[in-house]
Amino acid sequence: MKEEIIIAGFGGQGVLSMGKILAYSGIMQDMEVTWMPSYGPEMRGGTANVTVVLSDKRISSPIVHQVDTAIILNQQSLDKFQDAVKPGGLLLYDPNGITHPPTRADVTVYKVEATGEAARLGNAKAYNMIVLGAFLKIKPIVKMENVVKGLKKSIPERHHHLIPMNEQAILRGMEAVIPIKSYEL
Amino acid sequence: MAEKILLKGNEAIAIAAIRCGCDGYFSYPITPQSEIMETLMDERPWETTGMVVLQAESEVASINMLYGGASCGKKVMTSSSSPGISLMCEGLSYLAGAELPCLVVNVVRGGPGLGSIQASQADYFQAVKGGGHGDYRLIVLAPSSVQEMYDCVDLSFELAFKYRNPAMILADGVIGQMMEKVELREEKRRLTDAEIATLYGSWATTGKPANRKGNVITSLAMDSEVHEKFNLKLLEKYRQINEHEVRFEKVACDDAEHLIVAYGSCARICEKAVELAREEGIKVGLLRPITLYPYPSKAIDEMTAQLKDILAVEMSAGQMVEDVRLAVNGKIPVAHFGRIGGIIPTPEEVVAALKNRIQ
Repeated sequence: MKEEIIIAGFGGQGVLSMGKILAYSGIMQDMEVTWMPSYGPEMRGGTANVTVVLSDKRISSPIVHQVDTAIILNQQSLDKFQDAVKPGGLLLYDPNGITHPPTRADVTVYKVEATGEAARLGNAKAYNMIVLGAFLKIKPIVKMENVVKGLKKSIPERHHHLIPMNEQAILRGMEAVIPIKSYEL
Repeated sequence: MAEKILLKGNEAIAIAAIRCGCDGYFSYPITPQSEIMETLMDERPWETTGMVVLQAESEVASINMLYGGASCGKKVMTSSSSPGISLMCEGLSYLAGAELPCLVVNVVRGGPGLGSIQASQADYFQAVKGGGHGDYRLIVLAPSSVQEMYDCVDLSFELAFKYRNPAMILADGVIGQMMEKVELREEKRRLTDAEIATLYGSWATTGKPANRKGNVITSLAMDSEVHEKFNLKLLEKYRQINEHEVRFEKVACDDAEHLIVAYGSCARICEKAVELAREEGIKVGLLRPITLYPYPSKAIDEMTAQLKDILAVEMSAGQMVEDVRLAVNGKIPVAHFGRIGGIIPTPEEVVAALKNRIQ
């Protein structure tokens, strides 16, 4: 099993930490993982993205340009990365602020209203965990118990009281995800 | 089983330094390696192991703090990125000339000049051919994963003390910034002056006992005869290093007709390129130098009999390719492919360069 994922959105949406939690969940499942962020001036107030690779085997390149899954959280990232999804791959996006929805005909598309769900939960910080839940519903590559272990490892101990809230947000994301278009190769 | 944690390459350097018994870290911040000092400041090793962590006023100051610490036989290190390393080059020459063990980490960014903050491998010449003045060499290690970043710290100190020579970890922005799984090795405590003397000889200036002459740490020799002798001693040391310390990794080389030579993060990209090319039936392998000095020249030369050609891939305009050419000495063609200025080549680009070469 190998899953190459790009997560892209605005700085502040929790893109990098979502990738980190996903990577840590993979470690808890005894997988090989890499987490490669974009870094530099483009992160300040602009877009942020991270490439996460999870695999049963040794991972060659941490930098990939064709991904199995793109998790897209704003219009700029959709414009930039929708072509990076392999044919037959998955594109998951949050429709909030999206004026030009995905146009790819050869990929499976799902959406999750994570901005709205986070507002309904009354917790904007739960946003990235709602998105993570949506992804794990479509592709359950890591078990929920390992995600919880991954959360414990990624979050500083002083914030461990927030783990139940994060779990709840993941479950909410799993319920909220909606298929738009299915494509089988 | 040892604990496995998720670390950035830069964080791994810091954690490894504390855990391998480093005595002191002196540095000045610069992107893309500032997390090394940030992590050390967070970990506060001065409260546990007694390791000193100090933000110096400049790179020039930090490399000279290394000279002081190393003269006392301490395990000392610094880290910087390309422009900062240029500032340290005078100090590196003096450290090599005074035969002082220490570790310098260069998380390379795009150059020349202030360049860019993105990953690059354009400091190869500076690291392996000099940078500073005089006939000197650094022991240069090029990790290609976060685990290797971690492991190279202890290895660098061991080699530096074994040969009384400065060692350098030549990383780049990709390995510094990416996170991977790291297995923490068993912790080593800091050594005492007496233990250092027992293990590595009593050359350090730790206070003169009655039963030996005072130790002198210097790189100055005004008498040319004396100085030539000293240089010959250095050359013999470098010969020993070349004989015993070459490290490299081969991937898919057994039946290879074409070879890619790449190091650091570029080697990871090339490993993927080898996978892609093999899917198309191209018999290509990868040789990844782990030590850049000493260079695995012999290992490359030994492969020429089975090979049609070699492609050196690096994030530079063509630096390491010169050492590949020296290794094969004209026996087979050697080409170079690279992206420069902070652009990271894609595996697909490497495959295209390889096919272009084959045709």
